[in-house]
Amino acid sequence: MEKALFIVLAVIAVASALNILLQRNPLYSALSFIGTLAALSALYITLRAHFIAAIQIIVYAGAIMVLFVFVIMLLNAPGDQPRVDKQKGLRYLAIPFAGALIAEAFYVIRSVKPISMPALIDGDRGVGSTWSIGTGLFTQYLLPFEVTSVLILMAIVGAMVLAKREND
Amino acid sequence: MTELLLEWVIKISVIIFLLLTAVAYVTLFERKVMSWIQLRVGPNRVGPWGLLQPAADGLKFIFKEDIVPLQANKWLYIVAPAISLIPALMVLIVIPYGSTITVAGRAIDLFVTNINIGLLYILGLTSLGVYGIVLAGWSSNNKYSLIGGLRSSAQMVSYELALGMSIIGALLMSGTLDLVGIVQSQSGYWWGFIPRWNIFLQPLGFIIFFISSLAETNRVPFDLPEAEGELVAGYHTEYSSMKFAMFYMAEYVNLITAAAVGVTLFFGGWNGPGVERFPWLSIIYFLIKVAITIFVYMWIRFSLPRFRYDQLMVFGWKFLLPLALLNIIVTATLMMIFWT
Repeated sequence: MEKALFIVLAVIAVASALNILLQRNPLYSALSFIGTLAALSALYITLRAHFIAAIQIIVYAGAIMVLFVFVIMLLNAPGDQPRVDKQKGLRYLAIPFAGALIAEAFYVIRSVKPISMPALIDGDRGVGSTWSIGTGLFTQYLLPFEVTSVLILMAIVGAMVLAKREND
Repeated sequence: MTELLLEWVIKISVIIFLLLTAVAYVTLFERKVMSWIQLRVGPNRVGPWGLLQPAADGLKFIFKEDIVPLQANKWLYIVAPAISLIPALMVLIVIPYGSTITVAGRAIDLFVTNINIGLLYILGLTSLGVYGIVLAGWSSNNKYSLIGGLRSSAQMVSYELALGMSIIGALLMSGTLDLVGIVQSQSGYWWGFIPRWNIFLQPLGFIIFFISSLAETNRVPFDLPEAEGELVAGYHTEYSSMKFAMFYMAEYVNLITAAAVGVTLFFGGWNGPGVERFPWLSIIYFLIKVAITIFVYMWIRFSLPRFRYDQLMVFGWKFLLPLALLNIIVTATLMMIFWT
């Protein structure tokens, strides 16, 4: 049952990820990305990571992608606009890069050993629950968590600076 | 396992049937409230007191011609109403409608499921509902629709933040994201007569929640996505027949959901006097509370004018959001001092 669910969801995720690249119309690409996000979120649920699944939908599908769609609609980019002139050299560079990426993926898959799963406790305090993630974030991983928020703050300040410049 | 599945199927069918009926009658109620406020009679021709009006409206929707504009993006145009209705209906499985009742010697919980991220599930699905509106606006290939869709996406993203922040205070009090747990944490009384509802400790949180939920359901004074005075009908200008009806259904399902979540979070859900002895009373309390909340929504709709667009953004980002953050800080600090 769980395996069948995994296969179905994985196929949806990969297919819609491919569709992001294949579509000419940016709006369809954005919609395919939402499909990928939804499938990933469902995969998280099969792994009992309910909190991550919900946050994935709320933050990515519900907020970030809405803004993407907003911008695409605002620019109303037609699907068949003249193609940007491509840099031919980069195309041949893509093959070794893809090879390196695949090799890396193989290495990771080969070298990672199956870990013993922590005991799955159902209920409010099990692995993947809001309680365990919150406790982890604010005790053991407090410093990385705060550093990440500084990173995001930098991005916000940068965006503000860029937006302000046009008004001067 | 099969028994559990059967129970779910029955509960979901009953809820969807009752809810869609309720949606039909909320539209009638809305027209009645509007006419009372405007000193008119309202619909009273179809059936006694206009009670068959929703059926007449439904039939009319079915028999109207289904038009797809020539220049529209056909596929998205057809899918958009479903995208806005389906998430709205999916929310209903986590709302606790009442306590546990006994039917034919079998204890039945009056909620479909209680997942431990219930509230996040609701927030996630309501944030997906905006795609229906946005895609409808874009695919109609009509400038009014497009402007409606754009407004809607900006408005939803802006007020979602305030909405999410406003409920954190209530969540801190309850200590769980599960709606059933939230209701149970509000049972009982202070000093024997004041019910332990979150509203008494979180009045600011409730006000922010209420205002943002008005914005999330696109109701006056936040109905800029459909603003009939300037955009004809906004995102659903081009829609007709059942597709148009689906947008309407989604809108009213969202209204009922918003009222139900508000009641669950701040007004003790199905709690009330005598619930322990007569579990059936819990549904009645819940329905009364939801009906009163919906009435207030309508009252606001027919009393207030619409925001201007810049006012909407300034109000959301510079007033509601900081206020919600302040509410979280104050609540958390007070709880640190007094709770432990």
